[in-house]
Amino acid sequence: MNNSLIVVVLASGVAYGTPLLYAALGELLAERSGVLNLGVEGMMLVGAVMGFWAVQRVHVTSALSLAIAIVVAMVAGAAMASIHAFLVITLRANQIVSGLALTIFAGAAGLSSYLGNDLNLADSPAAHQFGPIFPSSMQNWPIVGPILFGQNILVYLSWALVVVLIWYLTRTRHGLNVRAVGESPAAADAMGINVTAYRYVHTIAGGALAGVAGATFTLAITPQWVNGITGGAGWIAIALVIFSFWRPELCLVGAYFFGSLQALAPELQARQISLGPTVLWTSSLPYIATIIALVVISAGRAGRRLGAPAALGLPYTREER
Amino acid sequence: MRVRFERRLDQPRWLTLAVPAGSLVVAFVIAGVVLLVTGHNPISTYRQLFDAAFLQTGALSQTLITTTPLMFTGLAAAAAFRMRLFNIGAEGQLYLGATFAAAAGIYLGDGGGTSWLAITAMVVAGCLGGALWALIPGVLRAFFRTNEIITSLMLNYVAGYLITYLIFESESYWRQTTGFNATVFPTGKPLPASAVWPSWTIDLQGGITVPLGLLLGLGTAVVLWVLYRRTRFGFEVQVLGDSERAARYGGVRIRRKILAVMAISGAIAGLGGASQVGDFSHSLDGDPNGLQKLGYGYTGIVVAALARYNPFATCLVAFLIGGLENAGNTLQGADFPAGLVGVIQGIILFSALGGELLVRYRVRIAHRSGVAPAPEAA
Repeated sequence: MNNSLIVVVLASGVAYGTPLLYAALGELLAERSGVLNLGVEGMMLVGAVMGFWAVQRVHVTSALSLAIAIVVAMVAGAAMASIHAFLVITLRANQIVSGLALTIFAGAAGLSSYLGNDLNLADSPAAHQFGPIFPSSMQNWPIVGPILFGQNILVYLSWALVVVLIWYLTRTRHGLNVRAVGESPAAADAMGINVTAYRYVHTIAGGALAGVAGATFTLAITPQWVNGITGGAGWIAIALVIFSFWRPELCLVGAYFFGSLQALAPELQARQISLGPTVLWTSSLPYIATIIALVVISAGRAGRRLGAPAALGLPYTREER
Repeated sequence: MRVRFERRLDQPRWLTLAVPAGSLVVAFVIAGVVLLVTGHNPISTYRQLFDAAFLQTGALSQTLITTTPLMFTGLAAAAAFRMRLFNIGAEGQLYLGATFAAAAGIYLGDGGGTSWLAITAMVVAGCLGGALWALIPGVLRAFFRTNEIITSLMLNYVAGYLITYLIFESESYWRQTTGFNATVFPTGKPLPASAVWPSWTIDLQGGITVPLGLLLGLGTAVVLWVLYRRTRFGFEVQVLGDSERAARYGGVRIRRKILAVMAISGAIAGLGGASQVGDFSHSLDGDPNGLQKLGYGYTGIVVAALARYNPFATCLVAFLIGGLENAGNTLQGADFPAGLVGVIQGIILFSALGGELLVRYRVRIAHRSGVAPAPEAA
C-alpha cells in the first residue's frame, strides 16, 4: 500500500513542498510589511550553494555541521535580501525591477553559479544530509507512515514555523505592527511605528527563510549542488503567497499541492506510465497549474476581499504622504 | 549628520545620461572587489574581457551575434515595461518565435539562392509565434487581472519543455529524421539554403559580419520610437504607464492597450527567435543546454532597464552587454569563472536603480550640530 502511486507522490510532495513553504513564508513576511521581493529564486540559490559549501567544508559531527550549514544559508539569503531592502526602502527604487535585478545577480547565471564554480562544489554528494528522524517501524505504518513520519527535521520545523507565524501575525504587538506597516505605512508612522526598521527586518528575515529553502534542496532533496537547482521554485513560492491570500496556514496547503505536482513527473517516469507526451506535460504541470491557480484566485471574488497588503510594492516617504 | 532626499521638480537631462554611464563604472568597480575577494586579479580579468569582447580579431563579429538577440529581447522588455506591464516572458516568446519561424523556413525554403519570400514569411511567423505566446499572460491580465509577472515567467519554463520535446522526444516536423547524425544525437531539421538569412561583411578588424537580424533590430527600434513618441497610441500607453487612474479618466481603453502592448512586446521577442534560427543556428535548437542556457530573455531586462526603456539607448546597451556576454562565453575557464557575467549584470542593474534616486531626488547633507544650517545661497 505504501508503494502505491498516490502515497509515494504525496510523501515526496511533502518533501518537494518544504522549500516552497519556507520560501513562501519568507516572502509572506516581506510582503506583509509592504515589500515585494521578486528575488526569491536568487536568494534561494545563494542559500543553496552556501549551505552546501558549509556542509562540505565544516568537519564536525553530522548534526552540528548540518545546523551550521542552515545558519550559513540563512545568513547568505539574508545578505541577498539586504541588498534589495537597501535599494527599495532607503533608495526608493522600483521594487519589481530591483527584485528582478536580484534574481539576475544571484541566480542561475550569476553569483550562485560563480560561487559553485569557484568553490568547486559541483559533482560531489553532500558530506551530510537531512534524513528521516522517526524509527523505520513508524515510517512503515500504512499511508501516514511515509507521508507524515518519513520526513526530515526541516519538514517538522516548517510546521512549527507556520504555527509561530500565525501566532506572531495575529497575537503579538510586533506582528500587528507589521500588518499596519503593510496596509498603511502613514498611519503606522503616525502611531510611532518605525516603518523603515520594520520593513528592513522583515525583508531580511524573508531572505533568511529563502536561504533555508534553498539549502533544503542541496541538503535534503537532491543532496548535491547543481547549477540552477531550484528550477523556478522561487517563482512558484511567490505565486503561492498570492493564492494563499497572505496567510501562513494556506501556504502550507498550497506548498504540498505544488510539491506533489513536482513529484508526479519523476514518479510517472520511474513507473514507465506513459500518457501521451508524458515528459512534456508532467514537467510543465507545476508551472501551468500555477498559472491556472493564479487565474482562479484573481478572477474570484475572495481574492478581492482578502487581497494583498494595501501598500505592497509602494515606497514610503514621510515627506510625500 | 543627516542625509535628506528632496524631490527634484525637473530632471536635468545630463543626469539621465550620466547615471547609466556612472552605474556601468560603479558596477565594474564593485565586481572588481568581488574578484579580488575570491582571489582573482581584476585588472587582468577586465583586460581579457575587453579584448575578447571588442578588440581582438573577429571579436566584433562574435559580439554582434550576442548583440542581435539582446537587442530584440531588450526592445521587447522596453516596449512592455514602459507601460509598467512587466512581461518577463521574452525568453519563452523567443523560443516560440524560433519555432514558428523554423517551420515557415523549412516549408518555404528550397536549395536555391536567398529567397526573400521565405525570409519575409519567417519574420512574420516569428512575430506571430511570440505575440501569441505573449497574449496568454496578456489576456489573463486584461480579463482576469492576473499578475503578468508570474504567468509570463511560468510560460518560459513551459516553452523550454516544448522545444525540447519537439526535437528530443518526438518525431516532429522540426526534427532531423534522416541521415547518420539523426540516429546518434537528435537535432533540428536544417533550414534549406534559400531560407538562410543573408549577412554582409564590413572590411574592418579582419572583417566584421553584420547579420540581417541586427539591421531588423535597428529598424524595430526606429518603429518603436515613432510608435511611442509620435502616435496617439504611444501617448496613451505612456499615460497609462505613469498613472492608470489618469488614463482611465482620459478615456484610454485599458484592456485593449494591455493586449496590444503585450502582443507588440511578444512579437519583438519572437522576431528575435526568428533571427536566431535564420541568422545563426539555421535549425530549431531544442537542446536544454543550448539556446535555453543563454537566457537572452532575462538579460534583455537588464538591457532595457539600463537604457531607461529608450529604444535607441536599448540598441547601444545591447551592444555593450552583448560584448560582455560574448566575452563571458569565450573566456569561460579558471581565470574567468562562470557566473561572473551575471554578477556584473546584476550589479550594473543595482547601481542603475540606485542612481535613479539621483535623477529623481536631490541629496542634501544636513549637519545636526546644534547650530541651524546656514541658509542656501539663492
